[in-house]
Amino acid sequence: MRIEGRGLIDRSRRLGFRFDGRELEGFAGDTLASALLANGVRLVGRSFKYHRPRGVFTAGSEEPNALVTLGRGAKQVPNVRATVQELFSGLDARSQNRWPSVGFDLLSVNDLFAPFLGAGFYYKTFMWPRAFWERIYEPAIRRAAGLGALSGETNDDAYEKAFAFCDVLVIGAGPAGLAAALAAARAGADVILADEDSRMGGRLLAETEEIDGKPGHLWVDGVLAELAAMKNVRLMARTAVVGAYDGGTYGAVERTGLHLADAPAALPRECFWRIVAKRAVLAAGALERPIAFPMNDRPGVMLAGAVRAYLNRWGVAPGKAVTLFCNNDDAHRTARDLVAAGIEVAGVIDVRADARPGGDFPVYPGARIVGTTGRKALKAIEIQTVNGRKTIATDCLAVSGGFNPTLHLTCHMGGRPEWRDEIAAFVPKPGAVPGLDAAGAAAGRFTTAQAMADGARAGAEAAEATGHAPVALDLPAAEDAPLRVQAYWEVREPGRAWLDLANDVTTKDVRLAAQEAYTSVEHMKRYTTQGMAPDQGKNSNVGALAILADATGRGIPQTGTTTFRPPYTPVSIAALGAGAQGMGFAPRRLTTSHGASVARGAPMIEAGLWYRPSYFPLPGEEGWEEPCRREVLAVREAVGVCDVSTLGKIDIQGPDAGRFLDLVYTNTFSTLPVGRVRYGLMLREDGMVLDDGTTARLGEHHYLMTTTTAAAGQVMRHLDFVHQAHCPDWDVRFISVTEQWAQFAIAGPRSRALLDSLLDAPVDPAAFPFMGCGAVAVMGVPGRLFRISFSGEHAYELAVPSRHGEALFRDLAARAEALGGAPYGMEALNVLRIEKGFITHAEIHGRVTAFDIGLQGMMSTKKDFIGKGASQRPGLSGEAREQLVGLKPVQGDKRLSAGAHLFTPGEEVSAATSQGYVTSVGPSPVAGCWIGLGFLRNGRARLGEMVRFVDHLRGQDFLCEVVGPVFHDPEGGRARG
Amino acid sequence: MASLIEKTPAAGLTPLSRGDAVLTEVLPGPITAIMPYGGKDRAVASALKALGLGLPGPNRSVTKGAAACVWTGRGQAFLIGAEPPDGLAGIAALTDQSDAWVVLRLAGPAAEAVLARLVPIDLRAATGFRTGAVARTLLGHMPLVIRRTAAAEFELMTFRSMAAHAVHELDVAMTAVAARG
Repeated sequence: MRIEGRGLIDRSRRLGFRFDGRELEGFAGDTLASALLANGVRLVGRSFKYHRPRGVFTAGSEEPNALVTLGRGAKQVPNVRATVQELFSGLDARSQNRWPSVGFDLLSVNDLFAPFLGAGFYYKTFMWPRAFWERIYEPAIRRAAGLGALSGETNDDAYEKAFAFCDVLVIGAGPAGLAAALAAARAGADVILADEDSRMGGRLLAETEEIDGKPGHLWVDGVLAELAAMKNVRLMARTAVVGAYDGGTYGAVERTGLHLADAPAALPRECFWRIVAKRAVLAAGALERPIAFPMNDRPGVMLAGAVRAYLNRWGVAPGKAVTLFCNNDDAHRTARDLVAAGIEVAGVIDVRADARPGGDFPVYPGARIVGTTGRKALKAIEIQTVNGRKTIATDCLAVSGGFNPTLHLTCHMGGRPEWRDEIAAFVPKPGAVPGLDAAGAAAGRFTTAQAMADGARAGAEAAEATGHAPVALDLPAAEDAPLRVQAYWEVREPGRAWLDLANDVTTKDVRLAAQEAYTSVEHMKRYTTQGMAPDQGKNSNVGALAILADATGRGIPQTGTTTFRPPYTPVSIAALGAGAQGMGFAPRRLTTSHGASVARGAPMIEAGLWYRPSYFPLPGEEGWEEPCRREVLAVREAVGVCDVSTLGKIDIQGPDAGRFLDLVYTNTFSTLPVGRVRYGLMLREDGMVLDDGTTARLGEHHYLMTTTTAAAGQVMRHLDFVHQAHCPDWDVRFISVTEQWAQFAIAGPRSRALLDSLLDAPVDPAAFPFMGCGAVAVMGVPGRLFRISFSGEHAYELAVPSRHGEALFRDLAARAEALGGAPYGMEALNVLRIEKGFITHAEIHGRVTAFDIGLQGMMSTKKDFIGKGASQRPGLSGEAREQLVGLKPVQGDKRLSAGAHLFTPGEEVSAATSQGYVTSVGPSPVAGCWIGLGFLRNGRARLGEMVRFVDHLRGQDFLCEVVGPVFHDPEGGRARG
Repeated sequence: MASLIEKTPAAGLTPLSRGDAVLTEVLPGPITAIMPYGGKDRAVASALKALGLGLPGPNRSVTKGAAACVWTGRGQAFLIGAEPPDGLAGIAALTDQSDAWVVLRLAGPAAEAVLARLVPIDLRAATGFRTGAVARTLLGHMPLVIRRTAAAEFELMTFRSMAAHAVHELDVAMTAVAARG
């Protein structure tokens, strides 16, 4: 019901919206909650566990009840707090956790079983049979108890993440925050003022009190206008600061598009900010807390401050005959404002014996509520007064049990708040988050005058700490009546008294926890689930621990609070993961030949961040094996071309370059002649193999190292570490040139013929023997040629500056085809190298030694190298090691699979009896069957033996013959010739 | 004689204009990594004087006309837009990087807001990232050399292979900033 002439809404702008299919109307400036209340909608949802009817409880982000689902299909957003959601034209909201409707919910039968469904019920009841928990009980319970759900479809709505930096971050734009921002900004500090509300001003928008003789919101407008005009101030409305982290970093979530009717598709729905601030002022105010009393969860029961906010900010009367239940003076303001607005106040039930009448409404001092009635909406309350019991008809009960400073952020780095008896509340511990200072109600200074003064102090101090001389503020006159509060947590009478409305936790549950020895507040929380709902217990934490304190005979400070962790309010995963959907998950590295490969129909597969062609299908070819076999044979019989630019390339220069390579490689490079290439093996400091690859000597003081694609970054980091940590004074310099050069393998008996047709001068066999290298020219472009082979054939790698890469690939592929060859992809490359027993990171996966791969001979005995000492530790060589071997199925039609384990035939198949495992497999045209590489215990001594190949994942079990790892041309004549 | 066609790293991907920001590919000419040998910083700096440049300190750059010498890391600077002068042989390692980077210019009043979506460092001029300032940092998950070339203009360098991804990420950020109006 709207009250004429009240509120900060724009009555000239009517907004139509839907709730559970009903067409309703509100005004610009409404929240969904205020619009629902204005339309007389009391029942907005069902509770989590008992499916109890629930209504709007608060007017802020701490709302436990009024969670709705917005939108439809892929774009549906569940668990939206109606108290935060701004109304817009066409808004389509649905209630949650009910079936078939919020008015008639079949699962409200749960409520009848409430006596059995207390804390711990499920764990005690559904323990047996054990296997049933995961498959049957838990899914059923989760279906019955719940919140809104995602659609299950991919939502392509835009979300974003951003960074901001400032001198002073002010969190909250109420009286304290505005004063803090003004003080810091006038001093010249770079200020960010963030507030979770759509409109800044905090409580000043919700009260009738005056500032300097004017309505509070007018003072707010003036301050905001001044701040907005200052270049050193950024105002961030709709931005909830949700976490405090190391180094003055704060997480914040901004609602950028979720409040708009026709938000452009490009406008992000939310933005997740990481704000780095030298100083921060927490001016987040305080949260009113309820009192637990029997049946205190009915729609119509609300917080007293929220009732006042709906009345004063949105011009909504949440009831026709309002009652109050309180333990402090502040709640009486609600009664006074209601009466002033012409609404009947049917009674103020104040637990304090000394409560005084304060207006045209009955006050019941020393009274308490002992029961309520009304199924889908509150109808009446029963009270116990000093003169006996009495029933009062009421459709709205405003409750206030005092205020809890909003200190959550101050606890995000492990700090614990301190209890203050005089305000019956926890306050932040100073310094709990370095650089963050709480001010105003967040620090337990509750009056408007106190809040402004404290905010101005904190703002000035923050400015000074960031190097800006403070400027004195003239603070306006403001309300300064102390909050007189008497600690009062629960009415102990028969009936359920809710603490945590969101998770359906009652005082009985907390007492049960204590009775069952869950006396630590953290244990109580987990046993009862109090504080574990989307509202994170903002309305119930202090009340619950007060009752736990009572049940365990301890004081509140001794009981303490649970740990407040980020985020303060819910953050959608879409905002946290913004930009990482689909292909955005990781950078895509494309080779220069990417477009040409795709144009040839090659499926591109990921290799680290790179994309490489799997194979190049010809018309009529099906699957991967057929083109793979053709490409392998092209290399073995004619010539194949493959982009190998993704391999890491590191340019190494300096007088000490050779010495440096001797230190990082197990073998020697200082003796390598200029114009020659050598295969090298690199160990980690722990003696395990780090990487392998070829390094060419381009000049006296100039080498070019090649790494595997997978380990390029790791090797670069390793070189930096070795240089900086072990030999910083050596004159060696290096830089990655992976991206500088497009490099292509040209492999096969006709590779030289291909090059001779392409290069400006034919290949001189004397200058390019096997493992030779040198400069060449390709159509006038200076390039580098290396005679190296990863296929076992006579082969080269040709490199040109990347700008020419695509053109060279197209040319090479065409020339290869003219010579009866083909471009080849990763599948063929893999088969070619397995046939030769060449390793990749499938083999050197971090747990193998040089001995394991049969390269112990490459470990120089004449010099030291990184990992040498560690590699000589006992257990890293010998018969007990799993050693690299080749594998061939006894039955030629069997397909091997990587990841399978090897067992001794006739022996038990178990994890303990595994003799080794398979690392790489492929269909070999040379062997005429699938072949594999793997590691087998004492494998080199077991050539010719049979092993049992078992792949539990794919259901494979057959015999393989253990063979040497080189299937093709073991003498190496083809590559050298 | 046949020739190998050249292709620029971001060919066909720019220019992009979104609201108050424009993204264009820059073709800066040669890029050479200069890594002075031990104790040779001064000698290298004086050799660079021939180009009107010097050896910049950490997070700085020196420019002269179209040429710039840009700090790119510990003991390393990129000479951009000019061939290395004589006199560097033996006192510094020189490595051609001309084809290794995509260089993009992001310009316009919204440039800083766009970069705030992708670059995790403080780029405010007021706190030190003024014209000529350089940082090695990240563009999303990509390695980045960023240099402020004017009040509302930045030059961004990332790996050539990531050009398409970088332009896409910048496009998304530019579009989002423009949509805020």
